Amino acid sequence: MKLALPPILIYSLRRLAQAIPVIILIMVGTFLLLKLAPGDTVDALVGDMGGADAQFIERLRVEYGLDQPVWVQLWRYMEKLATFDLGWSFVYEQPVATVLMDRLGTTLLLMATSLSIAFTVGVALGAIAARRAYSLTDNVISTLGLIFYATPSFFLSLMMMLLFSVKLGWLPVGGIKTIAGFYTGWDHVWDVALHLIMPTAALSLIYLSFYLRLMRSSVLQVADLDFVRTARAKGAGETRLMFHHIMRNALLPVVTLFGLQFSTVLGGSVVVETIFTLPGLGQLAYQSVIQRDMNTLMGIIFLCSIIVVVVNFLTDLLYARLDSRIELA
Amino acid sequence: MTVLDTELRPPEPSRGIVFWRRYRRNRAALLGLFIFAVVVLMALTAGFVDPGDPLRRAGDPLTAPFVDMATPLGTDQLGRDILSGLFYGARISLLVGVVATLVAIAIGVIIGALAGYFGGWVDDVLMRVTEAFQTIPNFVLLLTLVAILGSKIEWITLAIGIVSWTAPARMVRAEFMSLRNREFVDAARNLGVSNTSLIFREILPNALPPIIVYASVIMALSILLESALAFLGLGDPNYASWGNMIGQGRAVLRTAWYCAAIPGIAIVLTVLSFSLLGEGLNDALNPRQKQ
Repeated sequence: MKLALPPILIYSLRRLAQAIPVIILIMVGTFLLLKLAPGDTVDALVGDMGGADAQFIERLRVEYGLDQPVWVQLWRYMEKLATFDLGWSFVYEQPVATVLMDRLGTTLLLMATSLSIAFTVGVALGAIAARRAYSLTDNVISTLGLIFYATPSFFLSLMMMLLFSVKLGWLPVGGIKTIAGFYTGWDHVWDVALHLIMPTAALSLIYLSFYLRLMRSSVLQVADLDFVRTARAKGAGETRLMFHHIMRNALLPVVTLFGLQFSTVLGGSVVVETIFTLPGLGQLAYQSVIQRDMNTLMGIIFLCSIIVVVVNFLTDLLYARLDSRIELA
Repeated sequence: MTVLDTELRPPEPSRGIVFWRRYRRNRAALLGLFIFAVVVLMALTAGFVDPGDPLRRAGDPLTAPFVDMATPLGTDQLGRDILSGLFYGARISLLVGVVATLVAIAIGVIIGALAGYFGGWVDDVLMRVTEAFQTIPNFVLLLTLVAILGSKIEWITLAIGIVSWTAPARMVRAEFMSLRNREFVDAARNLGVSNTSLIFREILPNALPPIIVYASVIMALSILLESALAFLGLGDPNYASWGNMIGQGRAVLRTAWYCAAIPGIAIVLTVLSFSLLGEGLNDALNPRQKQ
């Protein structure tokens, strides 16, 4: 067993090394976007102070290194990013890193709940649909999948709000907790869970259809392969065949999609968090655009990219674990 | 008898007819084509069938649908006609969808072709750039680009193209890698054909079918991205857009839910039609893939 450990370590290290140039490119990208945006740090600072004379502005530019050549500025910017110093938010009057960390928990909670629901339900429904291919069950599941695939998340959210909050009054319209509630312990957990039901449902219903469709076609493909026929000829029952032989292989492309889709889902949380006024990174991104808080916006891009890289790394490991044909070293 | 048989056999049907026969086999794809045709018709006839500026007052605010025949689908809180908003919104959605898809495919084809054809360090560099674009959540990047470029419809369309080119680039690259060493490419290369015409005249036409099918997906996603931007109030305020109508309808959700529901259904049907069209195109262009 000890011998099995090193290859996975080497594999992990190699994958991490591949992620470094991507992170560096994103750093350069955010720097370029900051340069493209109208106005710079000093403009924001001066605007914040309510104006200043030209000489003072000149001195501030020198102090912030904005008189240096672009290459030097880029180098300094990347040095700061590497230590997770994301600059100052002139809207929140706080370091950007602090603002982001306040919001990170909500977004991660939303991502974790909605993606696990989307993945498990999508895979299960996809497998059922493929098992009874071209039957009534399959048609109903596939049609629902197509419709949810075509529904914009904001429209689904609004319609759920209309039904569950306005008409039935079962669920709160927005926010992460009841503001004047001051709940503690399990009451607090229950309160947050109630607030998260609709956003989670909106996100997971839409991304569920991606997994469903891929899983269905993947199961259909694998079920035709020789090894499945062999297993069936040897007398394996249908249930065992499904779980033991087909599912494991059919899951591979779905796991790949999970990694590829993750950044899209994180982007989708912008709309959902904004509608349900959840204080997460997505809502912050929208507010930063409205308030022209470029430092915070770049911070969100950088933080989201790191989350995506980490999640992709983990799905790669999972993939390698599922598919023993992949050589780790 | 057999001689006569072979002599009287009808000529091979043309490519277009074969294509249509394969497409027709998929009933859902026919439904998709029908919805798509309706949306195109709406976009083309906006202003003829239902006259009037969709951004102007046409009747009493918040008239329910089917009450006043002047505004058959009702009006929103400013008295603007929802039906004429639907017609003009179809125009914007299709325009943004088509142009953004063309931008995304153009960038994707160039990057994917260069990476797949040359391989080596060119491939390494271009693929790292592609991964960087894939890593940044596309809607966040889109918001940033709109914040920097502004909310004019041209810039929004360009920005949507810029955030959607990675998938086609990967597909083109994979196709090029499998095609670049085929015999017909080697033959052309030995005849002294230049790299540029090898890429664009020899390999690209053979790499296109999967990209054409995927174009329907990009188009659907572009329409969804545009409507989400407009919903958040970041769209071009000078044009009626389905997303914007839903965003405004949100304020009167409690009293007049149809203001948000009608344009929402329009988006769902349009995007659905693209998915179905894509499936039909796939059956017709890659007939061997599915039995």
